[in-house]
Amino acid sequence: MTGMIEYLNSIWATVPADYQYLVIVTSQILAVAMTVILTVAFTTYFERKVIGYMQGRLGPNRVGPFGLGQPFADVLKLLIKEVIVPAKSNRFLFIIAPLLAITPALAAWAVIPLSDNFVIADIDAGLLYVLALTSVGVYGVIIAGWATNSKYALLGAMRSGAQIVAYEIAMGFALVGVLMAAGSLNLGDITRAQAGGFSHWFLFPLLPLFLVFFVSGVAETNRAPFDVTEGESEIVAGFHVEYSGVAFAIFFLAEYANIILISTLTSIFFFGGWASFFEGWTFLGEGHFLRQPSFFWLAAKISFFVFVFFWLRATFPRYRYDQIMRLGWKVFIPITIAWIAVEGVMSWLHWGPWSGSAG
Amino acid sequence: MFQAVLFYFFAAALFAAALGVILSRNPVHAALFLVLAFFQSAVLWLLAEAEFLAIVLVLVYVGAVMVLFLFVVMMLDVDVERVRGGLTRYAPFGLLVAALMVIELVQVIWFRGRTDAGLGGFQPTPDGYSNTKALGAILYTEHVYAFEIAAVILLLAMVAAITLTMRKRPGLKVQNIAEQVAVKAKDRVRIVKMETEKRQ
Repeated sequence: MTGMIEYLNSIWATVPADYQYLVIVTSQILAVAMTVILTVAFTTYFERKVIGYMQGRLGPNRVGPFGLGQPFADVLKLLIKEVIVPAKSNRFLFIIAPLLAITPALAAWAVIPLSDNFVIADIDAGLLYVLALTSVGVYGVIIAGWATNSKYALLGAMRSGAQIVAYEIAMGFALVGVLMAAGSLNLGDITRAQAGGFSHWFLFPLLPLFLVFFVSGVAETNRAPFDVTEGESEIVAGFHVEYSGVAFAIFFLAEYANIILISTLTSIFFFGGWASFFEGWTFLGEGHFLRQPSFFWLAAKISFFVFVFFWLRATFPRYRYDQIMRLGWKVFIPITIAWIAVEGVMSWLHWGPWSGSAG
Repeated sequence: MFQAVLFYFFAAALFAAALGVILSRNPVHAALFLVLAFFQSAVLWLLAEAEFLAIVLVLVYVGAVMVLFLFVVMMLDVDVERVRGGLTRYAPFGLLVAALMVIELVQVIWFRGRTDAGLGGFQPTPDGYSNTKALGAILYTEHVYAFEIAAVILLLAMVAAITLTMRKRPGLKVQNIAEQVAVKAKDRVRIVKMETEKRQ
């Protein structure tokens, strides 16, 4: 066995450095993308279970033990269904729209640090990259709505587009506060700036920004209570009303990938990313695994926020559209601007937790 | 070598997309071609290691401006025949703008390229150089007044746009959302306690 590994190693050493790099990065991308897609599959199961229990039902429990095979049954069902392209639609854009929705949702994972030493692309403008890609995701929705050539789809797309553009601004401003506190646009550095235990997380000094960011994230992903894009009681299913089979499955995948992405970003920006909750708690003993920063802490935080998404969906009725717009433009944006001003004054006077890092 | 291949590939794509903008008959297709063109130029900037500019181009133009553009184009029922009819009227003006652009490009590439040493393609930046930091440092120190003036002009434009489009129509019924949100159950529902009726 060891001989075999040594033999493979010797072959690997003869590969030129450029190709080594290519192979390593490609396999990293594949690993992360496949993990995200698998997580999405189980997130749909998780959602149905959570909402089921909240509504006094059992949720899926037929396929496999505890219904764990349900996501795969759903995927198989969607894969073998026919993709129907409406007659008067724009065929090329109709087919390409789901791809435009899923690509940014997966590409954003390139800069997400999953632990202290794993990130695919450690770029300096990581935060801007994430913002840029989440804003590109809206094209999938708008193009789908227009290419379908149906008034319901177009209405859904218009609602979604206006909503995403509105909440993006609040989100961007909330992130300005985060980068002021961290003094960096690099997601890894933002996490490292929060090291030193629970009390050092940005959650406390940036509490209003955290709330604005997370609620805007819910609105960005078009989830309940901001799901007027789908609004099944008014416009049937919004922009994906005519999509079936795999095309619909990809929209579904994009939506859940975005949920996981927003949860991850919230954990990284405000909850210390991979940092341990118990960091510096001496009673656990020196090398206790709970005190170590690790990917599992990040995973736990992501799972919590994904749960909150479903919790919100099970709890709140749908917002009225003018109230959504009011919340975005007239409530969230002023809050974020006010808090950025507060932060600026505090770091100028060298108050507060970030007085050391900022000017 | 590899960089050059990438550059020519994306430059060709940019050129094709730009041609698509002016040649496609459907205004929505034209807008989407413009989005593609923005993406290609962002990639060219990435190749020049100007990652901040590249990302901001995608963030601002693709993520916000073009979305609103698409909105307008999709909502308006554009009469394609009438739009195309204006070609002869607008052609002289368009040619004038194009000529100006060509003169500027020639000035930058030809005359300044001969004096500066920077004609040999993109120069690799030293290790640890951050385009984001360099831009920030220059914007907030050397060009801070120009930067602030630009910000004020943008604010002014925003205020002007809002004032121009906002009109108060008399007799319009508007909901006061703050009042609606603040409403309590006791404002809307009156619970009346009644004695139970005596059995006859």
